[in-house]
Amino acid sequence: MISLNVNGKNYAVDVSDDVPLLWVLRDHLKLMGTKYGCGIGECGSCTVHINGKAERSCAISVKEAKGKKITTIEGLPENHPVKKAWIQEQVVQCGYCQPGVMMQVAALLSEKPAPTADQIISKMDDVICRCGTYLRMKKGIKTAVQMTRKEGK
Amino acid sequence: MNPTISRRSFLKITGLTIGVSVTPFGYSLLNAAEKKDFNPNVWLHITSDNKVTMYIGNSEMGQGVLTAQSMIIADELEADWKKQVQIRQGGANNAYKSPILGAQITVGSASIRGFYEPLRKAGAAGRAMLVKAAAETWKVPESECKAVLGTVKHEKSKRSLTYGQLCEKASKLEVPQNPPLKNESEFRYMGKPMPRVDVPEKVRGKAVYGIDVNDGNVKGLEGMLYAVLARPPAYGAKPASFDQAAAEKVKGVVKVMPIPMGIAVCATSTDAALKGKDALKVQWDKGVLPDMDNAYVEKLMMADLDKPGAKVHEAGDAKKAISEAAKKVEADYYVPCVAHATMEPLNCTAHVQSDRCDVWGSNQNQTLCQDMAAGITKLPPDKIHIHTTFLGCGLGRRGFTDFVPEAVILSKALGKPVKVMWTREDDIKHDRFRAPMTHRIQGGLDAQGQLVGWSHKTSAISIMKPINPNAIKNGVDYYCLWGLWDVDNSPHWNNRIQYEIPNLYIEMLMADLPILCWPWRAVQNGPNAFPIECFIDELAHAAGKDPLEFRLQNLKNNKRATRVLQTVAEKAGWGKPIPAGQGRGIAQHACFGTWTAQVADLSVDKTTGKIKVHKVVAAVDCGPVVNPGPLVEQIESGITIALSTALKEEVKFAKGGAASTNFDQYHIIRMSEVPEIEVHMVKSTDKIGGIGELGVPALAPAVANAVFNATGARIRRIPLTPEIVLAALKSK
Repeated sequence: MISLNVNGKNYAVDVSDDVPLLWVLRDHLKLMGTKYGCGIGECGSCTVHINGKAERSCAISVKEAKGKKITTIEGLPENHPVKKAWIQEQVVQCGYCQPGVMMQVAALLSEKPAPTADQIISKMDDVICRCGTYLRMKKGIKTAVQMTRKEGK
Repeated sequence: MNPTISRRSFLKITGLTIGVSVTPFGYSLLNAAEKKDFNPNVWLHITSDNKVTMYIGNSEMGQGVLTAQSMIIADELEADWKKQVQIRQGGANNAYKSPILGAQITVGSASIRGFYEPLRKAGAAGRAMLVKAAAETWKVPESECKAVLGTVKHEKSKRSLTYGQLCEKASKLEVPQNPPLKNESEFRYMGKPMPRVDVPEKVRGKAVYGIDVNDGNVKGLEGMLYAVLARPPAYGAKPASFDQAAAEKVKGVVKVMPIPMGIAVCATSTDAALKGKDALKVQWDKGVLPDMDNAYVEKLMMADLDKPGAKVHEAGDAKKAISEAAKKVEADYYVPCVAHATMEPLNCTAHVQSDRCDVWGSNQNQTLCQDMAAGITKLPPDKIHIHTTFLGCGLGRRGFTDFVPEAVILSKALGKPVKVMWTREDDIKHDRFRAPMTHRIQGGLDAQGQLVGWSHKTSAISIMKPINPNAIKNGVDYYCLWGLWDVDNSPHWNNRIQYEIPNLYIEMLMADLPILCWPWRAVQNGPNAFPIECFIDELAHAAGKDPLEFRLQNLKNNKRATRVLQTVAEKAGWGKPIPAGQGRGIAQHACFGTWTAQVADLSVDKTTGKIKVHKVVAAVDCGPVVNPGPLVEQIESGITIALSTALKEEVKFAKGGAASTNFDQYHIIRMSEVPEIEVHMVKSTDKIGGIGELGVPALAPAVANAVFNATGARIRRIPLTPEIVLAALKSK
């Protein structure tokens, strides 16, 4: 049994050490918001936060995640600026990659509340959106930054 | 989201229900209360709780169809969008078949152009019946009653009744076949940007895609198995040996089963199935064409151009006109295979029981899903229940549901619900690609620089031959030709070359290769627009004319093409100076009843060969606009994915099969490569056209023409990778 802390809840799962965290979240814990896209850490659809940092859950074993604080899209608060901005700017199309994209953005903004264009690109070039919503993502990030700033005041 | 509604559960609900019955001869509006066994295609269901529920038969893949089709109905119905309207995905049903495509299929940019009129009439019929019901209740003339936001009002007596109060009475009335429609000035929703209804649940991470279906979110799937397949690495390869025992030893693996598509490993979780597949260590034979690699494909398809083809179209005498022309131009083009690579890999969940079969998943073709499942289970189609989830992108791939039989076969054999997931490697390697094409075009200009003749030979891998050889007529697969030519009265509306060419000859060959192909966003409009619009640029150059002027000169009677070209030229500042070192290119295209023109501005790094596209300006004329926000998103999206194919994407082949496997080798455009995109809608009252695919075709030629403008090098193939650009610069 491996114990995991996901979205503030403790779980015990009966899997071997080497199973990617992604499949544990999806098949064992039924948290389907985290998506499988490539299995090799190239596309970012499976991004979750581990101790606050954006990580690819397809490329990290459940053993490595043990005892750490894991947050999935379901655990990102509903009033989080990224979620609000994503609705306001209608960023998503098919939406499949977007939970991972939003987790990537949320981690970026928690580290750098007002990222420069280069800082945005350096993080966001790590994700793929086949619908090509990249321009809307940029808008969403801008809006989320403004929302965070207002909330901070 | 409630995935489906059965007829029985529908009949239990009282209220007013309007359906549209589609027949090959058109459609008629029906009141579900009139005919008990009637399954209409689009439901607008009003219940006594004053809710209006719409059941949409098309698949939602981010294009906003749930919202747009519901807006059309709600507008004509005069329903209150915020307070009354609920939207549900419909199941598979004959009556959901597209009036223009003849199947329940979400392809061909046809969801709005096909359903615009029927849905308007369905909404208007509901409004007329509710008004009549109110007038009869109050014993006043119908003309004194007015429907306003879910309520019928009688101004004179200040009385009003809600739709919920009126629905029972209205359901007893006859459905008017030609109800009065609103004037455009009366539209409440259409033409105004409405937020997409699918966005909030997608942002919350709660939207269910096919790959997410499991016993946690669908009842009755307890004990389901997760399956992956070892698939043949080369076309036609058969397994020579595999270690079944080793796979079955893996913890969680329940069953290893060879099926026609490969060797299936069924397990209690995805990770166990994947481990089991690795343990199989399958040895495959060499397949049907072990020598095939990229060079083989390109060489064979270029060599096809030296052979006589099947005649597609002939007007005038192109050969004579070109041989007598003042100037002749000839060029060859190549457009390689690209993969769909939707972010949600293909998958399907099936549960076959003795008296029914349920199929869950993201698919674009409910009709084919149902047919395939019926064929395997031998159950009648009405026992096959198709539950369409959200689609993690479609791009046409999910219109061919080859992922469905695998799950149905396994579930039938094992007596349990089974989800088959394609890994990303499966999804790319075993994709049915956008068909590659080679083209040889000869053109002739008269002394005034006017186009007098065009002779076009193309070779393509047939899309239809492997699955429906009857669709090939006299050696011609028209699916391969869209954008260049299509049959008369095609339901796909005007996928033909737009230029006014007095002498035109088109012929085609079907390349003899085992690669499987299938429509990819815009189908072959992309691989045909590229050579056409690049060649027009070459002709303009040969004629000594400005590329815009030359196009307009050969589109004199084409009002809509002219309009988009003039609009894009004005908005992009065509003819005005651009920064030193940059290039600017233009292209136009029409498909699925819509016209577009695009201008691309870019720079070429002459030492690395790298192209940086700075800006793309697009003009679009699609006639009436239903939901302008998602419409612009679709154009942006089409431009972005087309830029990905123009600069980066090409499927690699080796040893008789596809060698591209995952995103580390098959490169897709990322944020830093996306230019500024400006979309301008031309105000138009012409016939409504499609939007989902339109952004794609004009982009690649606009980019290639801009590269010529920047460097003087003509590159007659995509993708315009740094290596290809550098080679072209050197050989210039």
